Amino acid sequence: MNILLDAGSGGRASMRLIHDLFFKYFENDILVKMDDAAYLEVQSPITMSTDSYTVSPLFFKGGNIGTLAIHGTVNDISMLGARPKYISCGFIIEEGFSLEELEQIVISMAQAAKEAGVKIVTGDTKVVTKGACDKIFINTTGIGEIIKPECEYGSPSGANAKVGDVILLSGTMGDHGLTVMAERENLSFVSDIQSDSANLNYMIEQLMLEVKDIHVLRDPTRGGVATTLNEIAEQSKVRCVLYEEKLPVHENVRSGASILGIDPLYLANEGKLLCFVPKEKAEHALQVMKADKCGKEAAIIGEVVALPEGKNGQVVLQTKMGGMRLLTMLEGAPLPRIC
Amino acid sequence: MNLHDTLHNKEMCSALLDKLKKSIDRYGKPIRFMEVCGTHTVSIFQSGLRTLLPEGFSHLSGPGCPVCVTHDAEVATFLALAEKENVILATFGDLIRVPSPNGKSLKHAMANGANVQVIYSPMDALKLAKENPNKEVVFLGVGFETTAPAIAATILAAKKGTIKNYSVFSCHKLVPPALKLLLDINNDERYIDAFLLPGHVSLVIGLEPYEFMAKDYHYPAVVAGFEPAEIIHALFMISEQKRLGIAKIENAYTRAVSYEGNITAKTMLNQIFEVCDTKWRGLGEIKASGLKIRKEFSDFDALVKLDTELAVTKPLVGCKCGEVLQGKITPADCPLFGKVCTPQNPTGPCMVSTEGSCAAWYNYQGL
Repeated sequence: MNILLDAGSGGRASMRLIHDLFFKYFENDILVKMDDAAYLEVQSPITMSTDSYTVSPLFFKGGNIGTLAIHGTVNDISMLGARPKYISCGFIIEEGFSLEELEQIVISMAQAAKEAGVKIVTGDTKVVTKGACDKIFINTTGIGEIIKPECEYGSPSGANAKVGDVILLSGTMGDHGLTVMAERENLSFVSDIQSDSANLNYMIEQLMLEVKDIHVLRDPTRGGVATTLNEIAEQSKVRCVLYEEKLPVHENVRSGASILGIDPLYLANEGKLLCFVPKEKAEHALQVMKADKCGKEAAIIGEVVALPEGKNGQVVLQTKMGGMRLLTMLEGAPLPRIC
Repeated sequence: MNLHDTLHNKEMCSALLDKLKKSIDRYGKPIRFMEVCGTHTVSIFQSGLRTLLPEGFSHLSGPGCPVCVTHDAEVATFLALAEKENVILATFGDLIRVPSPNGKSLKHAMANGANVQVIYSPMDALKLAKENPNKEVVFLGVGFETTAPAIAATILAAKKGTIKNYSVFSCHKLVPPALKLLLDINNDERYIDAFLLPGHVSLVIGLEPYEFMAKDYHYPAVVAGFEPAEIIHALFMISEQKRLGIAKIENAYTRAVSYEGNITAKTMLNQIFEVCDTKWRGLGEIKASGLKIRKEFSDFDALVKLDTELAVTKPLVGCKCGEVLQGKITPADCPLFGKVCTPQNPTGPCMVSTEGSCAAWYNYQGL
């Protein structure tokens, strides 16, 4: 079965799709009211984030576009120290797209949302003519309630990194980026890797409640750990120093990326977070991360030092052999080299 | 510990660096070496080796990044081919951002509707041709002796499989003739003292093609692997040659490179290609330094098949890629470097490829 243009018309065909697919899997008390908007109650200040998802291939080892659309937004909302509550979901579907694949995507979204404890409370579906979009695009917007462990600590923010902070990473780098690239391009030399796509909200909740004094939380998605740290270094006007030997990377990712001339520090992650805490909290934060199922390979990867004069935020890598190297922000998408 | 970790191991690298320091101290003079290959350039920066080299050791990045030495005229021809109707242009990724003299790159051509496909292995181009029987798939054959055999293999496979909609625009370049030109330029001023020879190219051609560097020009030159410990070891061999006042071609990459090179790859290369004169960016036309497709295989020669001439271009004003590639100046000495010419908006190809000397300086400097 394929999706026809009618399914986005707003008429009966649309209703059938909504009832037979979206309500069936996303079911909750708010969604089924079918009003023009969702009526939501919240207990505290909220965080809000939106993201649109396109990925090729749609299905890859470790996830699909649907899991990304939930995990990505859940994680973004959570990074300010919030508990994700509600998500909206907009589909733009190319005419002729397989209904079975759409169902698989919807099922994975429902599972991911359930796992994160969020409700999908409102949505929209458009079907566009063939060629007007590439199979399916999904937009999700989410809101979360701020978790306030103790009022003296503010919400984590990219502008909050302080000299002396320790930098933690919740697991290995580059698994998602290389998996998707390898599947898209049929790279036979890359094997036994899968996307790390996952919800990080419970890990964040534990960090907020137990460690409390979290300066920065951010997920190193596109552009990877190096690009995300550059953003933080610039926002906070500090220098981040990373220790190459402490950076967690799966061997298959390291060797696969090396053949392509791509650095795992610049590959996307979809289930990892960077966390900056004062030095005395670092060990505690590490234990909290390791206790979460997504943080088994968490590691302390660096520290924050003062910025040399005249610079606008810097990330420096102390290499395995003891040399130094500047990590700049990624320009466009990583390009595999010739030789 | 795996091989990668061993060759990055701090204790081992420190010990090797100590040895290197003792050697250059005993020699008593500074040594400026040129790493010919872009992968060496990146490794020297990426591993932090650049910040650890003993005093007296400095390096220049040579013409060993295939993207960087691709001539303007060739880049302009890429665009002309991309704009042809019914053509799918297959290319390695790092070529798509290289600007032609009018500032436009394949990225712009793609935005304007050209069908440009980034591939990871030359055989993928052939697959593309099989999947699109009604289109002509043109593969941009850019690279040195390293990539040429793999591209020769696609032509052989296309012939065998009677794939008629596949052709190659051969822009291949040969390393030894460029080295000879560099030595001719360098001979009076001697701003380069020794050469770190490319590992991948040598894997194919072996050591013999470099012998003239030692015999006729008296330069020490050592083939090196790409991990930091391997590079330091090769630099030690260079330093020892300088100290002893000798000039030899030596192999510090014996785990991959043999004196004869890879005979199978060389045979395949010679079966499809013949040597021709070609233009290098920054170095100009060098005699017998390129590879063109032999007449018997002209059905697979994109220029012949699509009746296309190599574009005529004027040199870029202000861009000093040429002097950078010759080792006369470092990227930072170019007036455009970091100001007009950046990875966001590259003027010359040395800034585009991650292995380009300018891009490597831009990305890894600034400490």
